[in-house]
Amino acid sequence: MSRELPRWIDIGVIPAANILLAFLVAGLVVLVAGENPLDALSVLLTGAFGYDEAIGYTLYYATNLVFTGLAVAVAFHAGLFNIGGEGQAYIGGLGAGLAALGLAGILPGWVVIPVAVAASGLFGAAWAFLPGWLQAHRGSHVVITTIMFNFLASALMVHLMVNVLIQPGQMSPESREIASIAWMPFVHEVLAGIGIRVARSPLNLSILWAAAACVFVWLLIYRSRWGYAIRTVGHNEAAAIYAGIDPKKVVVVTMCISGALAGFVGVNEILGVQHRLLLNFTAGYGFTGIAVALMGRAHPVGIVLASLLFGALYQGGTELDFEFDNITRDLVVVVQGLVILFSGALAYMMHPLALWLWRRWHREDMA
Amino acid sequence: MSETWLLAVLTLDATVRVAAPLILAAMAGLFSERSGVIDIGLEGKMLAGAFAAAATAAVTGSAWLGLLAAVLVSSCLALLHGVACITYRGNQVVSGVAINVVVAGLTIVLGIAWFDQGGQTPALAHNARFAPIELPFADLLRGVPVIGGLYYELISGHNVLVYAALAAVPATWWVVFRTRFGLRLRAVGETPAAVDTAGISVEALRYRAVLITGALCGVAGAYLSTAQSAGFVRDMTAGKGYIALAALIFGKWRPVPAFLACLLFGFLDAVATRLQGVELPGIGQAPVALIQALPYALTVILLAGFIGKAIAPKAIGVPYVKER
Repeated sequence: MSRELPRWIDIGVIPAANILLAFLVAGLVVLVAGENPLDALSVLLTGAFGYDEAIGYTLYYATNLVFTGLAVAVAFHAGLFNIGGEGQAYIGGLGAGLAALGLAGILPGWVVIPVAVAASGLFGAAWAFLPGWLQAHRGSHVVITTIMFNFLASALMVHLMVNVLIQPGQMSPESREIASIAWMPFVHEVLAGIGIRVARSPLNLSILWAAAACVFVWLLIYRSRWGYAIRTVGHNEAAAIYAGIDPKKVVVVTMCISGALAGFVGVNEILGVQHRLLLNFTAGYGFTGIAVALMGRAHPVGIVLASLLFGALYQGGTELDFEFDNITRDLVVVVQGLVILFSGALAYMMHPLALWLWRRWHREDMA
Repeated sequence: MSETWLLAVLTLDATVRVAAPLILAAMAGLFSERSGVIDIGLEGKMLAGAFAAAATAAVTGSAWLGLLAAVLVSSCLALLHGVACITYRGNQVVSGVAINVVVAGLTIVLGIAWFDQGGQTPALAHNARFAPIELPFADLLRGVPVIGGLYYELISGHNVLVYAALAAVPATWWVVFRTRFGLRLRAVGETPAAVDTAGISVEALRYRAVLITGALCGVAGAYLSTAQSAGFVRDMTAGKGYIALAALIFGKWRPVPAFLACLLFGFLDAVATRLQGVELPGIGQAPVALIQALPYALTVILLAGFIGKAIAPKAIGVPYVKER
């Protein structure tokens, strides 16, 4: 059935229509809340791109979303639904923080930073390994286990921050500050070093790591033997077994890669911005990653575009708080959910309509 | 009556209060999942129900109208889940996640727009809430050793929704295992093709199951905002929908074991709350966060097949495509 639609409709027009629908419904919500949707949109856009600093913030949010979006996407390719990005990012941040806190006094920065980056990936991978292993070898469903692991991660972090890692003599559950040699350099500082002045923002060099992750995922999924195995298992497990691929191994390895990617959120957040361990720094990026991956159709290029859109929404959303009495940045959460709904759950809704329109248009063409 | 005995009874009493919404949501999930539709969206439907109940009760002053609104709103979301999963054969997990995320945002946006209290609804007056019900003779029997205290503290003095939650368990069992609808419901979750061959509509059955789920989630939500507390606060479900889902799985998709799992998880929560800030001999500060995480850990261990085996309905998560 889908053969009859040209590719540009399938990967261009339908996704765009789904996103348009999501925004239309969000516009209705704004109307119900008693504000003008077009005003809200213009505030969002100005807030996201209107000035130098805003662009930095947008890119900083997008960095996190690239990591979690890629994490969900890699799992998608193997037919796995990793809802655990949130927990993996949380534990990844713990890894980055522990490495940086522990090593920053002993080793130079150019050693500590790579070690901390590796630690965030390793911790994230470890947190995804168990759900993957349990799915492969014990038959427990990865969706349920990753949900449970999100809560376990959260409980573990609360326990560690409140009882173990808290800075002595302090009330709020935060660790001591990481020594500045282990900080991921800010983009505005790096650019100032070579004579370019940009506004201060939390944007840091993690964005380059995110770009590298995109390239890595593209190579892995579409240009490597491993990626072929992953996609084969995702499409047809029986065929994969027949082709000599071990699906159990693929499931476990894919979950580890996925978890590592989500774990890198810790690099951007802990090494790049917060410079200490604290609670709730993941702020829902793991769940937004699902929206990003669905919207970006699990392809790195799509994920970058979707991350930029959601990064802009996150940043523009903060502006809503200042400009309106009746709507807040929580509106962005609604948009996110609607995107998941229309481009994920209702992905097949537009298809028959598009097909019908396409055929109609063609018949007229021929007549 | 000794101190320890009273403490034990009070902890059990708290267990029932905490477990009530879990029981309602777990029974809700049972209908959907037994029919073959995964429901990650229990959390979102409960949250929407809690908001609808509190908002309606705040405006009308009636807890019962609030309950009605909660059931309606939650059922609408269930219908949306049905449209996505049954009619359009979308991914059921994605649909559930979408509902959770939309509701998480929407309740706050609408709460701020309508009530202007930072996402909360106004505190409910006494008669806009479900008040505790004193069962007959509770005061009279209070003096009777053991049984009297138990009756007074534990069995009497809950609100009507707690009793509804407790009644939902045998009701669910009866519907699922003793009625024609229940037989078909279980069949459609195992082998929908057989049900279809018998001339029964798979889609209609699943829609009905999903709607029951929605209604029960609405009651669970109303309990949170108009019985347990006096109003809605942002994210007030705080993972209860997922705990209920865990309890449902822990109870192997059966009403009575799921009910017991809810009680167990409620008990753990009640104990953790009681241990807040308590020094335990040998351990120091009680690890409250870790105790609260036990339900999740137990569910993972169960799913891994280390405490018996949880076998899901066979057709769960698979949209039914009629053969031509």
